[in-house]
Amino acid sequence: MFSWAVVTALPLIWAVVSSLKTDEEILNSPWAPPSSPRFDNWARAWTAASIGRYFLNSMIVVGGALVLTMLLGSLVAYALARYPFRGNRIVYHTFVAAMFFPVFLALVPLFFVVRQLGLLGTYPGLILVYSAYAVPFTVFFLHAFFRTLPGEVAEAAFLDGCSHGAVFFRVMLPLARPGLVAVGIFNFLGLWNQYLLPLVLNPDPDRYVLAQGLAALSVSQGYRSDWSGLFAGMTIAMLPVLVAYVAFQRHIRAGMTAGAVR
Amino acid sequence: MRHGRWRFLLAALGPALALHVVFVLSPYAQAFYLSLTDWTGVAGAAHYVGVDNFVRLGGDGLFLDAVRNNAVMLLVVPAATIAVGLFLANMLSTRKGSTAYQIVYFFPQMLSLVIIAVLWGFVYNPNTGLLNSGLRALGLSSVARSWLAEPSLALPAVMAVIVWSSVGFYVVLFRAAIDGIPRELFEAARLDGAGEWATFRGVTLPLVRESVQVAFVYLGIVALDGFVLVQVMTVGPGGPDGATEVVGLSLYRTAFTYGKFGYATAMGVALFFAALTFAVLALRWGRDREPA
Repeated sequence: MFSWAVVTALPLIWAVVSSLKTDEEILNSPWAPPSSPRFDNWARAWTAASIGRYFLNSMIVVGGALVLTMLLGSLVAYALARYPFRGNRIVYHTFVAAMFFPVFLALVPLFFVVRQLGLLGTYPGLILVYSAYAVPFTVFFLHAFFRTLPGEVAEAAFLDGCSHGAVFFRVMLPLARPGLVAVGIFNFLGLWNQYLLPLVLNPDPDRYVLAQGLAALSVSQGYRSDWSGLFAGMTIAMLPVLVAYVAFQRHIRAGMTAGAVR
Repeated sequence: MRHGRWRFLLAALGPALALHVVFVLSPYAQAFYLSLTDWTGVAGAAHYVGVDNFVRLGGDGLFLDAVRNNAVMLLVVPAATIAVGLFLANMLSTRKGSTAYQIVYFFPQMLSLVIIAVLWGFVYNPNTGLLNSGLRALGLSSVARSWLAEPSLALPAVMAVIVWSSVGFYVVLFRAAIDGIPRELFEAARLDGAGEWATFRGVTLPLVRESVQVAFVYLGIVALDGFVLVQVMTVGPGGPDGATEVVGLSLYRTAFTYGKFGYATAMGVALFFAALTFAVLALRWGRDREPA
């Protein structure tokens, strides 16, 4: 039990500690703590190695995709959960079935679809594709959630003269907040960690997202033997996920495994 | 209340459906057709070649290496991850302070595979890496290796990273299943004089079978991928000498390095059918073992 905790934590701690060491210290004494913490490694990774730019790109793409995914996903889930109509099940399964297909199958045609639309290597292109691939899970998760909400509140709002859209935005969305937060966290983590889609659809180094930047950095800094800069870049890349995990760890573990048992 | 119902439904479903059809459904559908052509990316230059691509795959040495490696991963990764996960979950369920352990175990699950790959690239580094310098510090210099550069070690090294990063998730999953077992069953087993191992085999294992089955399907899908770790971490990538080649990597390289898009898509279709077969078999295996 304890030894697995060591096996899990040790490489991570080692990376963070190494990001504060000089290259000589990393090469000569891999296990020793730094003689004095070198935060300039982080500054160098952030500016000279472009980690700052990749970070910003990731925030733009993930932020945009997250908003779009949550908006579209909750609309679809709500409409399918609360409005029985002919073809309702077919539409639902059309979305949910996509979760079970390997992305590799779609990869080549997807590249050409995105190129045809002139969206290759652009922020809107990445945002649309990220959303398209995140919506099915969002629908699946929120569909179950909207079904459990009481219908009386919505009916009362209709009697008060609310339109369908107003009922959704003013009544149902606030009621669904716990579900929205949970699926929002999963989507953030999933989108932030994307690598395959940007690798294929985002060839412009100026627009690299963090994962691409880090992979490129591990090659280029490896040649330059800037080990400390590379460790610093990796530590910076880990931070947002670490923050999200510390803040929401109980919800994340509960929610992810709940999805698996269902 | 009926008023504007269809207009709302159209507005709610329309944009998402459009996005879904353009970026998800149409690529999946096109893939099956493209896999039967010799398309190289030039519009109008695709010829229908039937199953030629699939026949060629059967004689493509590197692709067969990839299939072999994915098959090995399919055998080893789920078994190892489930074994470690079950062991730890079982230990945690009977001991105090287990939440802290679960928090630590689970963290790698959060990290991007690229970060994990870069991190373990360092750990395996022959000269300065955590692993070899640790072994030397323990006086085990003779065990130190060039982990990712030796053909016989590279694939196990990659698989170890997959297990390392996945175990935490399954500990939490199995732990929830074990906690759902009524306490009386454990007490009855203890009264019958069953030891820890006998209790695990006789009580715990049969009652968490469903979770194990879910884990099998999930891990099988993971084992059929492996792309990110191999692409970022290994030499070549996919080396040395095809030792860590996986189908996803072959597909990516064939398409986006060599521009053989039709042939690459055939690999995707093969991967799709492999995943489908695996999922059906895993689910059927679970049903057959259902007590009558």
